[in-house]
Amino acid sequence: MDTYYKPEDLPKFEEIGEEAPELANKFFEYYEAVFAKGELTEREKALIGLAVAHAVQCPYCIDAYTKACLAKGSNISEMTEALHVVTAIRGGASLVHGIQMRNISEKLSM
Amino acid sequence: MTKEIKQFKTTLKEAGLTLLRGETSTLQINTGLLCNQVCKHCHLSAGPDRAELMNRKTVEEIGEFAAANSFSSIDITGGAPEMNPELPYMIKIFKEFAPEVIIRSNLSVLYESGRDSLTNCFKEAGVTITASFPSVNEKQSDSQRGNGNFNKSVETLKKLNGIGYGMKDTNLVLNLVSNPAGAFMPASQEETETRFRATLFSKWGIQFSKLFSFVNVPLGRYEKWLKTSGNYFSYISELVSNFNPEAVQNLMCRNLMAVSWDGFLFDCDFNLAAGLYSGEKKTHISEISIPLKKGAEIATDNYCYACAAGKGFT
Repeated sequence: MDTYYKPEDLPKFEEIGEEAPELANKFFEYYEAVFAKGELTEREKALIGLAVAHAVQCPYCIDAYTKACLAKGSNISEMTEALHVVTAIRGGASLVHGIQMRNISEKLSM
Repeated sequence: MTKEIKQFKTTLKEAGLTLLRGETSTLQINTGLLCNQVCKHCHLSAGPDRAELMNRKTVEEIGEFAAANSFSSIDITGGAPEMNPELPYMIKIFKEFAPEVIIRSNLSVLYESGRDSLTNCFKEAGVTITASFPSVNEKQSDSQRGNGNFNKSVETLKKLNGIGYGMKDTNLVLNLVSNPAGAFMPASQEETETRFRATLFSKWGIQFSKLFSFVNVPLGRYEKWLKTSGNYFSYISELVSNFNPEAVQNLMCRNLMAVSWDGFLFDCDFNLAAGLYSGEKKTHISEISIPLKKGAEIATDNYCYACAAGKGFT
């Protein structure tokens, strides 16, 4: 195996259902329903998917949701802003734990 | 992954379908390939250096044909039809022969000085304007249509609204056409229309009648771009995987006949771009007196996957 990630593996995603078809079917059915138009448009959902794909750093998802965002009518400026939203949350999640640091430090310090 | 594309004809056959002409209700006229823009997605490779242009004789031959028949719509396209000096004459005569005359405009051409008389001519004749407006994002739009054309298009839309086009209290129809700025499928027409309406109004106070979301057809300059950018096979594969048998019966080519700038007949503007004559025979408009025959087979090639993908090119 020369690399863990291969683009040609993405279309094979459904093969994961070969070992546990019932669970896979439920997952894919749920997945499809999640991304269908609801209170949010398909375009908005694809932008959320793209942002989360970067947060979980999944190359398959980044590939799929970059294409999905473009095909749903988003542009690179909107997609970049979506990444900053998830980056802000990720950064903020680290930084807000600084309060724990401060609490512990305060308790231990004179 | 194989690099072979299944022939469109084979796909039709396997689906038990035939693509035959219905009643011809639309006469589409291509006025020539001269255009002020050099769009990367243009299936005709139109541009400022193209010399193909419909002349008065061909216009009159088409007029004679249109007068003898009953079309519900005459659809004038290019290139940029506005750059053909015969356009005001075409509008004058074609308006008499069909209830609806459509001008396909790239908008930026109407921004140029000296075109105001043309927009007034459109208004007086009550022609429908169907305008290219791929994206509400300047960078995305200009990447497809050339730098500066987004802002020119916005200014033209404001001007057209100013004379009543696209406004609710008039009958002057201003439709927009959005198509992907790259190697991907078009977004949902309904969602795109909602988003464009909100964005254009909030940013520039622009209104329009209706939006169409069209797929890009892999011909001409777009085909070249797909190949040089390494997107050709994946794009065609996506079109093939989106083949929708239900879309085939409603394709525009079933009810349309296209005439080239030099007067020859095609089943659609894409076949015109590919040089695929109607009935696979070179026939001039002056040689016929009635529209292309109902039930005749429509000439197809693999680019037809674009029109049969998803909801179809109607």
